[in-house]
Amino acid sequence: MSGPDLEVRDLVAGYVPDIDILRGVSIAVHPGEIVTVLGPNGAGKSTMIKAIAGLVPIRSGSILHHGRDITGRATHTLVGTGLAYVPQVDNVFLRMSVAENLELGGFAAPAEAARRFDQIMILFPDLARLRHLAAGKLSGGQRQMVAVGRALMAGPKVLMLDEPSAGLSPKLVEIVFAKLLEIRGSGISILMVEQNAKAALAISDRGYVLAEGQERFAGPAAALLASPEVGALYLGAGSRLAS
Amino acid sequence: MDILSYLIFFAIIAGIYSLSTLGLNLQWGFTGLMSVGIVGFFGVGAYTTAFLTGPHYPDAFGGFGLPIPVGLVGALVASGIFALFVGTVTIRLRDDFLAIGTFGIAICVQLVAMNWKSVTRGFDGLYGLPKPFAGWTNSPLVSNALYLAATTIIVAAVYWGMERMLRSPWGRVLRAIREDEEAAGALGKSAFSFRLQSFVIGSMLMGLSGALYANFTAFVIPLDMLPIFTFQVFVMLTVGGNGNNKGAIAGTIIVWALWTLTESVLAAALPPTLQNQVATVRVVMVGLVLVLMLLYRPQGIFPEEKIISPEARLGGRSGNDG
Amino acid sequence: MMQVIVDGLVSASYVSLGVVGLSLIYNILNFANFAQGDYLTVGGYIALIFVILFGTAGAIAGLTFGWPLIVAAFGAVLLTGLVAELLDRSIYGRLRRRGSSRITLIMASFGVALMLRNIVVIFFGPEPIYYAFAIQPALRLWGIRITPNEIVVVAVTAALVVCLHLFLTRTRLGKSMRAVSESPSLARVTGINVDVVIRWTWLIGSGLAAIGGVLFGIALGLQPNFGFELLLPMFAALIVGGVTNIYGAILGAVLIGLAESLTVQYFAPEYRQAVSFVAVILVLLVRPQGLVGERP
Repeated sequence: MSGPDLEVRDLVAGYVPDIDILRGVSIAVHPGEIVTVLGPNGAGKSTMIKAIAGLVPIRSGSILHHGRDITGRATHTLVGTGLAYVPQVDNVFLRMSVAENLELGGFAAPAEAARRFDQIMILFPDLARLRHLAAGKLSGGQRQMVAVGRALMAGPKVLMLDEPSAGLSPKLVEIVFAKLLEIRGSGISILMVEQNAKAALAISDRGYVLAEGQERFAGPAAALLASPEVGALYLGAGSRLAS
Repeated sequence: MDILSYLIFFAIIAGIYSLSTLGLNLQWGFTGLMSVGIVGFFGVGAYTTAFLTGPHYPDAFGGFGLPIPVGLVGALVASGIFALFVGTVTIRLRDDFLAIGTFGIAICVQLVAMNWKSVTRGFDGLYGLPKPFAGWTNSPLVSNALYLAATTIIVAAVYWGMERMLRSPWGRVLRAIREDEEAAGALGKSAFSFRLQSFVIGSMLMGLSGALYANFTAFVIPLDMLPIFTFQVFVMLTVGGNGNNKGAIAGTIIVWALWTLTESVLAAALPPTLQNQVATVRVVMVGLVLVLMLLYRPQGIFPEEKIISPEARLGGRSGNDG
Repeated sequence: MMQVIVDGLVSASYVSLGVVGLSLIYNILNFANFAQGDYLTVGGYIALIFVILFGTAGAIAGLTFGWPLIVAAFGAVLLTGLVAELLDRSIYGRLRRRGSSRITLIMASFGVALMLRNIVVIFFGPEPIYYAFAIQPALRLWGIRITPNEIVVVAVTAALVVCLHLFLTRTRLGKSMRAVSESPSLARVTGINVDVVIRWTWLIGSGLAAIGGVLFGIALGLQPNFGFELLLPMFAALIVGGVTNIYGAILGAVLIGLAESLTVQYFAPEYRQAVSFVAVILVLLVRPQGLVGERP
């Protein structure tokens, strides 16, 4: 109840046996929070989320979901426990329709699937009209909606997203982040990895900055926006993310 | 004398087959290409040399009676052309398309051999091919020994050639392509054309193998062109060591020995009711060997060695190139 | 001409039942299963074992077989599925977990194919063998020659294809299979247990092949190579239709069947397998994604 929804402790992980990308990362997401993880390329942000999702081999450390240790659990079991993940690329089944993509997401929680489907149609009105179309025929922004919708179908308590704004126009980025706020409003905690630091921090409660596989900075979003060190990391010396 | 002639026979066949194994090693071990149609190229080589060097048949094509070296060159050219054709169509696509394409070629070669009677005389095959040293001596033992010598020289030459090629700039690019295609692409080398070259050369070796076989046995029949040969070469390379030329030759000898020995062992061990199944049981056993090797020792007896190009050794650099 | 079409559909039936499994395995497990043809053989011969043990009494009107063979067919499906599952557990699965390349899997399947065929030869010999020694006169329907057995072949195949479609589009498992064939890792993320899907893939793929084998045995008789001889047509069907699309594979099977029967009628029956090879080459040259597939 009072503990974090999702917690990562001293995680060491990497794709290839001899190379560790994460070198002891610790982060936490508390109930109802939006937490953003930032950092330069290669810092391990994406790897961290994938490790939580069970897609990257973990060497040491632990991952706790509502206090239960889920380190090393098989990927497909996570959705059923309330932890959903939206990958950055290849996140929809292109040959299946929008409706089918969403349906697949609901398999883990079939009892509520019909109700959630309707909710998602309300959250993403565009999808209602497109629902019989194959996902491959949609635009990038629409696909992103399908991907997020699919993740919501099993009624997760924690939603993880890998660069939800990647490849989208500024207008769409605004829409996506507005939707994330709506989703948080319905009681779901959000962990996201982002390159678009400013926009992401603007809707977040807290943030972390990873560099070389470890957290370099952590704190409330506003503090990170104002911090000169974080600004230097992204924009060069003497800058801040928020002007 | 009996044992001696048997051993010579064994060594000749082992030598001939090892050319095919070396060819597969180039294609699979060094380039990562899977040819499931080895017997097809073997057959093309065999029939080509039969056409070019064989006696004239009234009901069949060929019979030009040309000298054996012409037959060998013809075999190389013909199998090279077939390989070029299949490779061009399939290599730029997925690697398993090459497997399917070569599989298809082998079946077509087999079909043509069995059915195009006016050219290949169907099941009867082409007989009476000239034996290379027949005119030199009356003793089959001596002529076989000479054939063994010739075969050994050819195998040694091919082995030496392969090793040189792999240490050359050409070989370096090939290995680079196998390790990391994108990086190789950045160097401006077309992965496709290198793979194609490797595939064609490997297939030409298989054709040569077939030609030498035809000239040794002095006949060519469709029943020698069955998928079991492709399979035997797979086993030979896997046992010997994929990616290692020494392994290719060693594996050929070992598996061929296993193959011929099991015939007599099985004949002795099997109950009378199964006597006519010796050949079949043998295939099942060797199939098992292949699967077990792939599961438990995929690198073979001689694992792939790190090849260091001569240039890399100069100047006191200690870096490995493999 | 209609005769050619009908003959083509009959021979397409065996190929389509085999190619479904080939396509599923190709897309879900990412390797070309060179032993797929031999699942037809194994299925046909397992049914034969039932027939030998229990007889084929009671032929149904006009056909050469009765309920015993139908029961035998069910047995063949289950046992062939068991064989496929055992092979995956002991061989392919282990190689996959080890990260073996596609090529290694192809080679292993080629070895398995050879072993299966030869085990059949050990137990049943190399000569053709039949479920029943009944001669079945061909019917003449609207000027077309067709035997009642062949009608059953086409009807059963069509029914199974329809069932397959319903399965893939209306059931959870079917949709999961389609998802896994597109992207196993996304399927996992979505919550699908990919290992269970793989198990079912082998069962369905080999089960349909087994039925294809029994139908072949009914119409043409069994001999140890018959499944292997259907392998090249199956690959051709897969490529002509487009490797990523299972419906394409079935369409491809129909086209290959028609091409073969045209060849048999107007050219020479011995070269029917060559037709498949020509089809493969043409498609790869002109339109590698096949009729309804995606670019490789």
